[in-house]
Amino acid sequence: MGNITNEAFILGCSAIGAGIAMIAGVGPGVGQGYAAGQGAAAVGRNPGAKSDITSTMLLGQAVAETTGLYSLVIALILIFANPLLGKL
Amino acid sequence: MGTAFGILAAKEPDFQIHGLLKFHLFGQELWLTTTHVSIVIVCAVLMIFAVVVKKKLKDEPGKPGALQNVAEMGIEALDKMVYGSMGKRGIPFRNYIGALFCFILASNLSGLLGVRPPTADYGVTFPLGVITFVLIQFNNIKYNKAEAFTGLFKPLPFLFPINLIGEIAVPFSLSLRLFGNILSGTVIMGLIYGLLSNIAIGWPGFLHIYFDIFSGCIQTYVFCMLTMVFIKDKMPD
Repeated sequence: MGNITNEAFILGCSAIGAGIAMIAGVGPGVGQGYAAGQGAAAVGRNPGAKSDITSTMLLGQAVAETTGLYSLVIALILIFANPLLGKL
Repeated sequence: MGTAFGILAAKEPDFQIHGLLKFHLFGQELWLTTTHVSIVIVCAVLMIFAVVVKKKLKDEPGKPGALQNVAEMGIEALDKMVYGSMGKRGIPFRNYIGALFCFILASNLSGLLGVRPPTADYGVTFPLGVITFVLIQFNNIKYNKAEAFTGLFKPLPFLFPINLIGEIAVPFSLSLRLFGNILSGTVIMGLIYGLLSNIAIGWPGFLHIYFDIFSGCIQTYVFCMLTMVFIKDKMPD
């Protein structure tokens, strides 16, 4: 353990942090799946309104995706533009 | 990468923004990057399309050409979209929404042609979000007058900080959504073409359909739709 440099330590921890950040992807997955299920049920009940339902569903899903994208941006920053390395 | 991917990879993954030309302005070090080049390409394509359509446009009675039909279909769809979500007061906004739609759509689709999409740079999407934010707040003040400021203290005065954050977060959430979606597609395609370059023949086309066409169109629609919804929120019924 004695011969790990500070830089390598920060890089390794950042990689772990990026992986943990992407756990947030669970939330949008569940949310989008639920929205798609409800959309399918709505189309089943009222096939005439298919296009309206689809566009509303896609809009809602894209908004629900935001939290997942925040975690993705954080993970990418940790890997490619690590701000912590500059603090050494 | 070294030898770890020796069989599969012929080159390093390349999805970063590269600086092409360095110059100094007002004591700041500035760079012309790949994003600028791709923006110029996208704008040139849009302008050429506009000029060609304008040339082919005929007002006289007679048979309109195919290009005119396509352009009119697009404009009608746009008008319908704006009118459907904003009502009568939204008609003046179709210029802005139309420009936004064309630019973001062309930017997102430019990934198909091997250009790095301009919208995969936060420096492009954040200004778009700021323009929308200014438009929202301008209409807020125009339609609600003093209510625009006192409205922040409703329903209870101590909720003011939360309301303020809710207003300020709009450009960030709008721009980060577009940026994150397009960037994730760009990064994954870059990794595939970099790390799997020896076997990346043909099949990445299916991924392009998802990441560039599907995701790009959806995000364009969502950005425009949310812009209209936010502006409409500030208008009286």
